[in-house]
Amino acid sequence: MTDATTSSLPSATPVSGKGSLMQQDARTRKRNAAETRFKAYGIAAITIGMLMLLVLVYNIVSRGTGAFQQTFVTLEVALPAEKLDKNGTRNLDDIKKVSTFGYTPLLRDAFEAKIAEKNIETELSGKEMAGILSAGAAAQLRDFVLADPTVIGSTVAFEFLASSRVDGYLKNRVSRDSIANDKNISAEQLDFVDQLTASGAIEKRFNLDFITGADSSDARPEAAGMGVSMMGSFFMMLVVLALALPIGVAASIYLEEFAPKNWLTDIIEVNISNLAAVPSIVFGILGLAVFINYMHLPTSAPLVGGLVLTLMTLPTIIISTRASLKAVPPSIRDAALGVGASKMQSVFHHVLPLAAPGILTGTIIGLAQALGETAPLLLIGMVGFIASNPPDSIASGLLDPNSAMPAQIYEWAKRADPAFYERAWGGIIILLLFLVTMNTIAVILRRRFERRW
Amino acid sequence: MNDMRILERDVDTNTIKIAARGVQVYYGDNHAIKDVDVDIQDKTVTAFIGPSGCGKSTFLRCLNRMNDTIDVCRVEGDIHIDGEDIYDKRVDPVQLRAKVGMVFQKPNPFPKSIYDNVAYGPRIHGLAKNKAELDEIVENALRRAAIWSEVKDRLTAPGTGLSGGQQQRLCIARAVATEPEVLLMDEPCSALDPIATAQVEELIDELRQNYSVVIVTHSMQQAARVSQKTAFFHLGNLVEYGETGNIFTNPEDPRTESYITGRIG
Amino acid sequence: MALGLTGYVVLAIILLTVAAFFMARSRAKSTAGGDIRLLHSLPNYYGYNAAMFAAVPAFGVLMIWLLAQPMIIENSVFKLIPERIVSEGSSRGLVMSDVRRVAEGLDIAVAQGALTDDEADNIRTEFKDVRSILGSVGVALGSNVEPEVLYAAQQYRAKSETGTFWMSVAVVALAALGAALAIFVTNADFRARNTVERGALALLILAASLAILTTVGIVLSMLFESINFFRLHPWTDFFFGGSWAPNFRGDSDLSILPLLWGTLYISVIALLVAVPIGLFAAIYLSEYAGPKTRSAAKPLLEILAGIPTIVYGLFALLTVGPALVSIFGRGEAGLLGVDWMSGATAVLTAGLVMGIMLIPFVSSLSDDIINAVPQSMRDGSFGLGATHSETIRQVVLPAALPGIVGAVLLAASRAIGETMIVVLGAGAIAKFSLNPLEAMTTITTRIVSQLTGDTDFASPETLVAFALGLTLFVLTLGLNVLALYIVRKYREQYE
Repeated sequence: MTDATTSSLPSATPVSGKGSLMQQDARTRKRNAAETRFKAYGIAAITIGMLMLLVLVYNIVSRGTGAFQQTFVTLEVALPAEKLDKNGTRNLDDIKKVSTFGYTPLLRDAFEAKIAEKNIETELSGKEMAGILSAGAAAQLRDFVLADPTVIGSTVAFEFLASSRVDGYLKNRVSRDSIANDKNISAEQLDFVDQLTASGAIEKRFNLDFITGADSSDARPEAAGMGVSMMGSFFMMLVVLALALPIGVAASIYLEEFAPKNWLTDIIEVNISNLAAVPSIVFGILGLAVFINYMHLPTSAPLVGGLVLTLMTLPTIIISTRASLKAVPPSIRDAALGVGASKMQSVFHHVLPLAAPGILTGTIIGLAQALGETAPLLLIGMVGFIASNPPDSIASGLLDPNSAMPAQIYEWAKRADPAFYERAWGGIIILLLFLVTMNTIAVILRRRFERRW
Repeated sequence: MNDMRILERDVDTNTIKIAARGVQVYYGDNHAIKDVDVDIQDKTVTAFIGPSGCGKSTFLRCLNRMNDTIDVCRVEGDIHIDGEDIYDKRVDPVQLRAKVGMVFQKPNPFPKSIYDNVAYGPRIHGLAKNKAELDEIVENALRRAAIWSEVKDRLTAPGTGLSGGQQQRLCIARAVATEPEVLLMDEPCSALDPIATAQVEELIDELRQNYSVVIVTHSMQQAARVSQKTAFFHLGNLVEYGETGNIFTNPEDPRTESYITGRIG
Repeated sequence: MALGLTGYVVLAIILLTVAAFFMARSRAKSTAGGDIRLLHSLPNYYGYNAAMFAAVPAFGVLMIWLLAQPMIIENSVFKLIPERIVSEGSSRGLVMSDVRRVAEGLDIAVAQGALTDDEADNIRTEFKDVRSILGSVGVALGSNVEPEVLYAAQQYRAKSETGTFWMSVAVVALAALGAALAIFVTNADFRARNTVERGALALLILAASLAILTTVGIVLSMLFESINFFRLHPWTDFFFGGSWAPNFRGDSDLSILPLLWGTLYISVIALLVAVPIGLFAAIYLSEYAGPKTRSAAKPLLEILAGIPTIVYGLFALLTVGPALVSIFGRGEAGLLGVDWMSGATAVLTAGLVMGIMLIPFVSSLSDDIINAVPQSMRDGSFGLGATHSETIRQVVLPAALPGIVGAVLLAASRAIGETMIVVLGAGAIAKFSLNPLEAMTTITTRIVSQLTGDTDFASPETLVAFALGLTLFVLTLGLNVLALYIVRKYREQYE
């Protein structure tokens, strides 16, 4: 087939010039060693990154899962009529006159009964025994009675939250050494807890209240929950979605499809990319100065938080929306224009529906970013022990003071109590679950609807 | 075909520099080179011609293992340079490429000064003991690439600031500065204007004194002008290989004839 | 009460809009004699046109009115308050907020039936204890109501009521007028689609200019309060003073320099962590890693960027800080047996954690930039016999340098503006120190601490936060503009 080649390989000719390729010279060895080192740096960098992720996730999971479990004390409480309803009329107003303090002795009696029943020997007084309960136990009892006065006179089995120290003891966060200087609990009380645990009166189980409940005061970490701040976050996201999506899409459509190339649109573009990189706390200052101080919108309201986060999220949404509009090939626009559609019709009837999955993906990612944002919320007052009841209507959800998930976590982190730290980590698990879900939806949307033109 | 100047040149030596046997190249599932055997002689310009996608560039890139940088590319068969199998496990492609230099289709000067562009190879291979030696290597390389007079006053200017033809000659200077024994050129003139092309072609003829030059070209005229041996590739096959004069005046294979008369390609 | 009326106004506009839509559409159809082919535009466009004319001007005026009315009323009511009360109450803002509170309280009292409308307008502090009345409906006041304040509050209510009444009339009339006009011009030849599209375009432009409006809002809001701050506090102390010691009794040292020092120190540590790791990670991923490793490692690294900063803050405070203390602190009990670090919050704590946060930021930006370096550049180097690392170090990285510098600048701007990590991890002590194991404070932490809780917009201790915010904004904006400019120039080079 060819004229100049032979079928066998020519024999090796004397090697000229640079020496045999089969032997690496010293310099090449050195260079290859440098190559290996360089590559190792790269692997090390990736490994460090992964390791950090691992440490972070491990930390969150190991420290936060405890928050989903809580220690409960089961007691049979007698509700004697002579103490709770002296007149015996079951008149609610009369019963209301008995304050929380009036219920505290019942708890002591319940403990006395418990140790008698289980043959537990302890030198603790009734008051000290009741000290292992959450400070809110008496109030819980009172609320129960007020909700249904007919129970007066009977004996009812209750599950009370144990105090955070007892809870910590069962979760190995508190030990006899660590409470040496603790006024809230004593070693004898822990012995008592051990005895009750052995008898089955104290147990640790899943705590739904952490997910649905409200924040609590500093003294009762065991009762604090994420629920109400979750509602706050939810209403903020509602505001962000309702404002940022239409405004963002409208702005992107203008910039991508209609804007003439001039200095004004240039300024808008530079502006948007810069706004995307402005520190979030600056948006908080804007919110404080404009929405609260100037417009007198209510402080701590999710509406204001939502407005601030909208401004913060807009650039993200605009940038991703423009990218997905750009990805729609011009031939689609030409086809629509070619059959006599106006520019506006071609955009709204053809380009926008094709870009919708991309826009949605970008919006979800923007929302996820807004959901985790904390700094601006601190400035508009959405932090602190704010709301103890979930909002009961959309208006109250938007306007009543509330916190938000990340701000709630910050609040707990600030309280400098290990029991609240556990809740902060637990709150992070919930927050991250939301973020992971949102991002997964975004990824699925992208995979599902991704088009290659 | 009238304008084709087929020059009869002496082939200086019959020493075989590169010998390839049964070379197969796959890009993933695509069989790009099918069973190619070829012997390339020293101090000769060998041209690879053929229509686009025929595999000539791919084969060229096998000769200094540039295909190693492409993940999906797989090379089978034997390619020996000076009798040594370059795909042997012991061979370091880095050393190989120092011996087999390459010039690319598009001029690709590094974003450095002209001096640093040329000095890059000698520096990484440690060819100069000191600055004076390096200066000398750079000057020689630039002279051999016939660009010295144009750039000697602005060696510190960025290489990217030169014109296209100058850039390509700079890239040739960069390649010869490492003192290779074989110079592979992948369509070195396709991005150049006719004047620059003429300069580079002249240069290739000069380089033949010292190197074995393998040039891939789209232009048959160019192959005819610069080469002594020509190989015609078609659909991954080496169809015909021989003296340039013979290939162009008296092709044996009908496909070669169709190509050089302009019916395929 | 005012809100109720506004609500009805909105409802009325919506009803008018819907009615206008249907009326214009049917009118268009009837002018065409039932044959819609004779119309210039589709019938719906006539409807949209009328709806647009009904809703847009009305809502626009409503918006402006709602924003302007409180300001105008406040100005006129403020004149009613004698100088005496303002000077006692320390500032106009505080007195006005009292007035508003009383006015709101009266509204609530009327709504709950504790007062009749008439009583609310006419009660006098001389005859009734307004504070206890308001207290009984849940509006707690800090002090007894001054008669002038009560009078101002009553005026405030009266004026608001009148204003809102006229606003309702004007807005509803405007909506009706717009609708009528649009319906009137509707006929077969009217170019409804063009009008509607022009209107829609105007809305799109409005949305796009919101970005500018936000920037203007940021700058103006901070600028005005900063000017107020510099009226109360010497600017020389702010920019050149040596210490930060806010004192709510007045006479504070409020210099930005110690805060700037803390901010930059922490940012530098963060960049020292993030840039090498992020850059090497990017180099490995884009140059060495196979497609499988790349598609696994890249998203995993980017998770680090998606984690909210509050999580990093907690990580700094509760994990990294204590870990560092157990290494550098605790004396004999510590790992090194030294006692250099006393608390978990420190420059190093915040810097390290911020560095971790910035790794994916640096790596994904650098990854893009390294990928933009043309392959021919690498081929040229490989063709000369360079190893991969030589190619990267001597060809790819120098070629990518401007882009990488831009990426680092963007990361620096992120580090400077980061809040939660430093709020939880850096500490609260403003000082110039080189010791990374000490607690220091930053601009962002001070903004948070000066603006959370009760803010008094008349004291320099609060207002300084706006000056700090403005400085932060200018600083990060400068870095961003520079970085984006460099990156854009860099991209153009290879496009």
